[in-house]
Amino acid sequence: MGYFEARNIVKKFTNHLALDNVSITVPKGSIYGLLGPNGAGKTTLLRIINQITAPDTGELMLKGKKMKADDLSSIGYLPEERGLYKKMKVGEQALYLARLKGLSKQDALKRLKDWFKKFELEPWWDKKVEELSKGMQQKVQFIITILHEPKLLIFDEPFSGFDPINTSLLKKEIIKLQNKGTTIIFSTHDMGSVEELCDHITLINNSRTILEGSVDEIRNYYASNRFEIRFDGEINLLTASLSHSYKIIDNKKVNGQNQITVDLMDNTTTNDVLSILLQAGKVVAFNKVIPGMNEIFIKAVNDAKKE
Amino acid sequence: MNKIFLIIKREYLVRVKKKSFIIMTLLAPVLLAGLILIPAWIMTREDSNEKRIAVVGEGAVLFAGTIPSTKSIKFDYLIDVNPEEIKMNFEEQGYYGVLFISPKVAYIPNAVQLFSHKQPTLETTMHISNSIEKEIERKKLESYDIKDLDKILKEIESTVNVQTILITDEGAEKKTSTGLSMGIAYISGLLIYMLTFIFGAQVMRGVIEEKTSRIVEVLISSVKPFQLMMGKILGIAMVGLTQFFLWIILTLIIVGYAQSTFLPDIKSTPENPIVQNIMSADVTPVESTQTPMPDLNEFQSILISMKSMNWLLIIGSFIVYFLGGYLLYASLFAAVGSAVDNETDTQQFMIPITVPLLLGLFVSMGAFQNPDSSLVFWCSLIPFTSPMVMMARIPFGVPYWELASSMALLFLFFMGTTWLAAKIYRTGILMYGKKPTYKEIFKWIRYKNY
Repeated sequence: MGYFEARNIVKKFTNHLALDNVSITVPKGSIYGLLGPNGAGKTTLLRIINQITAPDTGELMLKGKKMKADDLSSIGYLPEERGLYKKMKVGEQALYLARLKGLSKQDALKRLKDWFKKFELEPWWDKKVEELSKGMQQKVQFIITILHEPKLLIFDEPFSGFDPINTSLLKKEIIKLQNKGTTIIFSTHDMGSVEELCDHITLINNSRTILEGSVDEIRNYYASNRFEIRFDGEINLLTASLSHSYKIIDNKKVNGQNQITVDLMDNTTTNDVLSILLQAGKVVAFNKVIPGMNEIFIKAVNDAKKE
Repeated sequence: MNKIFLIIKREYLVRVKKKSFIIMTLLAPVLLAGLILIPAWIMTREDSNEKRIAVVGEGAVLFAGTIPSTKSIKFDYLIDVNPEEIKMNFEEQGYYGVLFISPKVAYIPNAVQLFSHKQPTLETTMHISNSIEKEIERKKLESYDIKDLDKILKEIESTVNVQTILITDEGAEKKTSTGLSMGIAYISGLLIYMLTFIFGAQVMRGVIEEKTSRIVEVLISSVKPFQLMMGKILGIAMVGLTQFFLWIILTLIIVGYAQSTFLPDIKSTPENPIVQNIMSADVTPVESTQTPMPDLNEFQSILISMKSMNWLLIIGSFIVYFLGGYLLYASLFAAVGSAVDNETDTQQFMIPITVPLLLGLFVSMGAFQNPDSSLVFWCSLIPFTSPMVMMARIPFGVPYWELASSMALLFLFFMGTTWLAAKIYRTGILMYGKKPTYKEIFKWIRYKNY
């Protein structure tokens, strides 16, 4: 049983089905990635989780119980389409949004001051939002999302619009939150951050789940018998002896060393390859090629199209 | 529920702190007070400016001394001057104009001519023609050789004023002024129309602002769309009421101060009735005065009947109808704002809002000419037009059951439009991109939302 579950969610809009029987199970304390091409239905699912829209059928469970309206106070949501009142002062606005989340004025002020210090926003407290850069506005929005210390955090494309420095600052904070026991769901297109942060993922395409599970399992599942070899020695000799029983995918020079990518045949093992290598020269590196999430994403989506 | 108060507070404070709000609040009473004071000021000014008119020609002998001088115009009868000469240089001799009277005045038109460099006022020409007419009448009567003519003329001389007195349902009598009732009807109908439009458009602009700045999704992850919409509508209603009360108070202060400093003459009219009455909303009907008040002029009679107006009822109903009408329309304005991405796209959806509002305004403008027609009656009950039309009827007296049912209907419909608008709003605020059609908006009403 997960900390949060969405069961068999169906949502229909006027002319199309936005979600077709989608279920996700988010383990407690995990970082859960919601992936999928544009228009797949991710934002709709996140809106349903935040009770902004209601599903046609299906239910939401939090800690094994049906979710109620009160549960919203233990959720923090950073929407993809986010903004602030441009003419309002930064501090005043942050305080207002924090109080709408149910924090008392004193609590909100104290926590805001701490976070503003941490994110180096203090000098901007009395400035109008329109004077802030986009990155700074994003920081303010992030602070507002997590200020009421929710047990479940939902980020929709959290890193879009951030520069690399702020992205890494944000990632650090997300990991810190996870270490404190917060469960986090986020949707993204940035596969690098998925590999870096996520424990589990669900890949949604065309309103349906096409891939689901822990990141490690998925990557191993997609891994083939492909190996990357670096070595010092005579390249032609090696390729000649390897090509009898292995399929050479790639052959190039990297930093003065030879690099060969090969696929193992079904009846051979890594030791067979190594024995050939040892005769041909000095082995520098020998790695199994595990596909990145990026490749898996593209492959899964394309496979789904073919079906 | 605490959250809706936070929203109301923000919407209120943001607007009240704006420079444009402060400027409008201060400027409008100055304009309004000016509207009341300037005519009075002009009246007192005229007295000090004396004009002299030279009466010349043969008629000067005939009519010598017959045109009485007033406070502002003096007549000199110059018998021994050349009329053509003085026509050339009357200004140098200190005259405002030259009046020619032909002796055949009784038989030919254009026998009386007034030459001047500036256009004379209507008051001046009326005074001259009245006086000459009277003199001719007197001369003609004289020719009949009636005995004691002067005495008879004095006796038959009379002035007639129509005094309007309303008998209320309880049988009490109130002196009224038709002019005043019309004025109040006109102003309150127009004011309700304007305020509904101004503050309704503010609601719409507020919704569009939240949508285009993309803060709306951040907000509705903590509050329900309905709370957000109602918070905005109520917050702006408070802004409207604040402005309205400040206008009344500031106008009274300015008028009161200006009267006591610049216009002591007006202050001496019976116990300064305008200010006192509006301030205390004195509703005691003036005792039915059967004794004629001989030198009651139009201005004074308006002042007296101001006393007898039921200010408590008028201002009370104004607030009820302003609030009711505003609330009815504001939720529709909010729905329109939620459906579009920018203000230029609102045009198409504004038609269902502007048409009934304009209809209400037009009917209310006609209402003070015929407050009892059936069109006016029905429009004062139908909620979409009732705020303006009923306000135009109230100064002429409306039965309480009509008032009560009109108000009840208004608030019933307000709840209906709010319910409908909320359904459009909650879907509309999350829709970006293309402008929806009416068909799509009707579909939104049927969507399942929380």
